[in-house]
Amino acid sequence: MEAACLPEVMRKGRTLTVKEFCALAYILDERIHLVSSSSMNTIALIPAAINQPTPEELALSGSWTARGIGTIGARLDAVSASASLIVDGARIESLDTAGAWVLQKLLRRLRGEGSHVEMRDLPPEFSKLLDVVEQQAADQTDTPPLASAAPSKLESLGRNAVAAYEQAMALLSFVGECALAFAGCIAHPARFRWRPILFNIRSAGWDALPIVGLLSFLLGIVVAYQGADQLRQYGANIFVADLVGLSMLREFAPLITAIIIAGRSGSAYAAQIGTMSVTEEIDAMRTLGIAPLDMLVLPKIIALLIALPLLTVFADVLGVLGGMIMARAQLAVSFGEFLDRFVKAVSITAYLIGICKAPVFAVIIAVIGCFQGFRTKGGADSVGRQTTRSVVQATFLVIVADALFSVAFSALDL
Amino acid sequence: MQNDTPADAAVIEMSKVSTRFGDHVVHTDVDLEVRRAEIFALIGGSGSGKSTLLREMILLHRPNSGSIRVLGVDLQKLGDDEADDESLALRQRWGVMFQHGGLFGSLTVKENVGLPLREHTALDDVLIDEIAAWKLSMTGLKPEVGAQYPSELSGGMMKRASLARAMALDPELLFLDEPTAGLDPESAGEVDQLVLKLRDLFGLTIVMITHDLDLLWQVADRVAVLADGRMQATGTMSELSKMDNPAIRKFFDGPRGRAAQEQEQEQEQKQEKPQGKVQTSNEFGRPSSKPK
Repeated sequence: MEAACLPEVMRKGRTLTVKEFCALAYILDERIHLVSSSSMNTIALIPAAINQPTPEELALSGSWTARGIGTIGARLDAVSASASLIVDGARIESLDTAGAWVLQKLLRRLRGEGSHVEMRDLPPEFSKLLDVVEQQAADQTDTPPLASAAPSKLESLGRNAVAAYEQAMALLSFVGECALAFAGCIAHPARFRWRPILFNIRSAGWDALPIVGLLSFLLGIVVAYQGADQLRQYGANIFVADLVGLSMLREFAPLITAIIIAGRSGSAYAAQIGTMSVTEEIDAMRTLGIAPLDMLVLPKIIALLIALPLLTVFADVLGVLGGMIMARAQLAVSFGEFLDRFVKAVSITAYLIGICKAPVFAVIIAVIGCFQGFRTKGGADSVGRQTTRSVVQATFLVIVADALFSVAFSALDL
Repeated sequence: MQNDTPADAAVIEMSKVSTRFGDHVVHTDVDLEVRRAEIFALIGGSGSGKSTLLREMILLHRPNSGSIRVLGVDLQKLGDDEADDESLALRQRWGVMFQHGGLFGSLTVKENVGLPLREHTALDDVLIDEIAAWKLSMTGLKPEVGAQYPSELSGGMMKRASLARAMALDPELLFLDEPTAGLDPESAGEVDQLVLKLRDLFGLTIVMITHDLDLLWQVADRVAVLADGRMQATGTMSELSKMDNPAIRKFFDGPRGRAAQEQEQEQEQKQEKPQGKVQTSNEFGRPSSKPK
């Protein structure tokens, strides 16, 4: 059986061209692979083959199935039309829809080129299948395939611009809705939902203490370590307190806290609300007369407004502690000396400047997270995309806001 | 067509299958046999373990005891490895349509249908697209649906697309989980016809879970009733309708059960005359679509 299905070239016993050799190697390899993979079938899959012994005759053999026809496409294109063609299907071992489709395509092309094609010896169940395909192919050609040309650069630029504009407008209106809902809650304090607020303070604040503490401690160490070398050269060791104190309290602690929370809680908000809107929970909430903004968004904003400044204070403390430890190890500045200098160098204003950024960052993170969650449309895929977007946008906006703060503070000489 | 087992051999054999989740016993000692080219329905109340049984047939869950043979392969003997050659070959011989479609949200409908072909065959992309479009139209979807994403489809279209994907590799065995749940009566009727057409055209064996009484009466050859963790009975709908077992009577004595039964009887009378709705032609000399 193996010998019978070896390609024509092998039996003729002449030298193979490189192309034929490669094709043969591929076919054999394929067959070996198929035999091993279908060991339980015991029947090896013989690839579909087509031969044109005379211009008027086409002999088909092998498995005309999705797995069997694999690479036959090129050889089908090589089949030439002639006035009358007899197609011998007696040696076709099996035919499935994919094989029938390919065969039908070939017959249609030959007929289109003016051949009179006659099928011979095709087993009845195969010809039945072929008829079904023919019917379908006729129906399908009636409806031309959808023209889906890739948009030009200009067009995609325009579309992106419109999408960005639309998103910005949607964000603005979401901020407005949140503000209105917040004002409504202030007017009717009974509308505040304390339980979710407390829950969110715990999950976004208390539970984040270890990671915020660890990272700001490390940041303090890094700042002190980088400064130590420079300060030692000038013998200005004690100024490490100025360096660590000002940079941590004014900039690093609020920023690192906000970025951690954007990655940790902002993404969670987007994923939670996104999944809820995919599973119609948001709609259910509306029909039950519960405003999703009151239930889902305001508690998160309020909770972060409380938690983020507190986390920032915690980050301040641990960042300075890290700097102190590094100062003692590298610059021989004792804790007492460090704190002495720290009180003189760092004013209460520097501390408050750091803290007052935190609520702004909190609002950015919570609003962006919830906003992206509500924009989730469709399935699981979309939830992932919106979550990513929420983290990227929140981090971006936090840093932009921080830059604006710096400009504003320097204009105010603070 | 590509059947290498004898025509009357059992496609699925389950014997003494028991499943527990912790202390909760889902079913004990379930015996079941599905024959070639038959439409086999599995019914039972919510929580009776139908879906678990189906998941055990398709290698998604292993029973605690008992043996399952599908297409001549003993599932207990297959390794746990998802991608070992034998289970991979077996998985390519069946298609599964999940209750909620199970379509991949990140791919278009056409890509979803073409995915099995792309993964498991060496066909070129143009051909795969053509075949995918054909499979979609075979399940009654318009060609433009192929370019859409699953989230843009209605429930009925999602089921059809899922069926098209299950059919992509021309499986010998098709599993349908609630094929008509959530469909309007017209679409459900079309699914009835589609299931019959597939069986008659390709000689498919079809196993389905359903609560749809019309589907059971019009399409299913044999029905197995699962209740109280046991297989209560197996037989044609008319055989089951004569049984006294209270677990089975539930399906027939409600107002819906009676209506579907009456409709079926009317149709049987009509079929005394040539060509009723159910009786599609049987090209391959297979047993008629409904045993009488």
